[in-house]
Amino acid sequence: MNVVSKLLTAAAIFCASTLMAQADQVKVGIAAEPSPPFFSLDASGHWVGWEIEIINAICAEAKLDCVLTPVAWDGIIPSLTSKKIDVIMSGMSITEKRKKTIDFSDKYFSDSGYTIVGPKDVTMDATPEGLKGKILGIQVSTNAEVYASKHLKNSLAELKTYQTQDEAQQDLVAGRIDAWMASPIAVDSFLKTGGKTCCEIKGKVANDPKIMAAGVGAGLRKEDAQLKEKINAAIRGIRANGKYNEITKKYFDFDVYGE
Amino acid sequence: MTHSPTTASENHRPIGWFEPHRIILIVIAITLVTAAAVFMRWDWLPDYYTLAVAGLWTSIWILIVTCVFGFVLALPLGLAQVTGPNWLSLPAKAFCTVIRGTPLLLQIWLLYYGVGSLFPQYPWVRESAFWPLVRQAWPYAVLALTLSFAGYVGEVMRGAFAGVPRGQLEAARAFGMSRWKVFRRVWLPQAIQTALPTLSGDTVLQLKSTPLVATITVVDLYAVALRVRQDTFVIYEPLLLLALTYMVLTGLLVWIFNRLEARIPVRVG
Repeated sequence: MNVVSKLLTAAAIFCASTLMAQADQVKVGIAAEPSPPFFSLDASGHWVGWEIEIINAICAEAKLDCVLTPVAWDGIIPSLTSKKIDVIMSGMSITEKRKKTIDFSDKYFSDSGYTIVGPKDVTMDATPEGLKGKILGIQVSTNAEVYASKHLKNSLAELKTYQTQDEAQQDLVAGRIDAWMASPIAVDSFLKTGGKTCCEIKGKVANDPKIMAAGVGAGLRKEDAQLKEKINAAIRGIRANGKYNEITKKYFDFDVYGE
Repeated sequence: MTHSPTTASENHRPIGWFEPHRIILIVIAITLVTAAAVFMRWDWLPDYYTLAVAGLWTSIWILIVTCVFGFVLALPLGLAQVTGPNWLSLPAKAFCTVIRGTPLLLQIWLLYYGVGSLFPQYPWVRESAFWPLVRQAWPYAVLALTLSFAGYVGEVMRGAFAGVPRGQLEAARAFGMSRWKVFRRVWLPQAIQTALPTLSGDTVLQLKSTPLVATITVVDLYAVALRVRQDTFVIYEPLLLLALTYMVLTGLLVWIFNRLEARIPVRVG
């Protein structure tokens, strides 16, 4: 009898401890579509990249047991709301419209400082007048699009939106758009690869702090205020202790956090 | 001029609108719509109203234009396979087989990302008057959907042309009608009459192929729904509304084709 009860107690403790371990686990959703230099799969099938290292640093700082969970971008919000994942950290722009559906942490990098890229043989300025009559390509639902709709659309011939930066870049190379506007990070990686021969930076657009301050944050369920606090504190923590800059230096030669 | 007793009587059977099962269906529909209106989020609708109307219009004109041009192209395709000499019928057959044998998405992408991205390499294309046109996405969408519709309907029309009894054509010739007149007055009308139910189905399928153009940056109705989802992260509501809109459009198409079919008197040849 005694042995049995001891065994039962042990089993109960074991179950409880595994349950608790699971409860503490935070599933971090990232888009399954690789997007270097932020996250991509290396030859052995591990996720690597700037954002992966930042996620690990944030989780370590907040003492969270994080599990990377790749989810197709199109299904990432249903996954969050149905609790298959607990937080999305996948280059998600913080916009006013999205805030009505999910909650965001503070930004962990900036997607602003929007840069205009165009073909080398065409001169243009990164101003509404300089882009007059041009077709400008842009990724849909980013703050860059909010900015372009507000400041540039009236002077453009067309503001063409793309589901991914890849498609916009392809059309820029193919001459279907006259210019492309994106964050310095996306521009940097494009001009180091596919856009090396065709295109160059034409300049940065004027600042609009209201739009540009938003940046990219972690997406959370609205009821998870506690997790949000932990992540915000961790972002501040790795900014303060130099971990953030240490990781960033490996990937970029400029400040991706912004002001 | 006797009406065929079977089809006519089935089509015009008097229908009581308020049979019990209909009332139940109506109640279920009203409940669903009310539930959707109350429990789901629709606050994004006003923001996207103009965009959605523009998208709907794009979907509709692409459907109409591609169906009309596709049908016009399908007539020679069908005819060539039935009466044409080998050097006409074989290419027509090959065209229909290739179009029907490959995914439409692939055809659209081959045209847009393949052919379409070749043009800019040649300076004379960039300087020509066609450049503003060929740098747009919609011409590729329209071309691909037209060719696809022509491929499918070409095969339908082949069967329909072959189905018209030869005696009819010979009789018409014996009356002294020219070949063109025989085609216009006897062969084509009878072929269309047999093909109409299939054409109706193919048009509905064509409607549901139009969302593929969203993958090459044409902003149709589906592209607007995608956009709402990306902008607001509201997932199911735009999709449900999209499904409903396509269902209404399908209903409309079927109704139009039914009217067309009803207008053609069913004769016994």
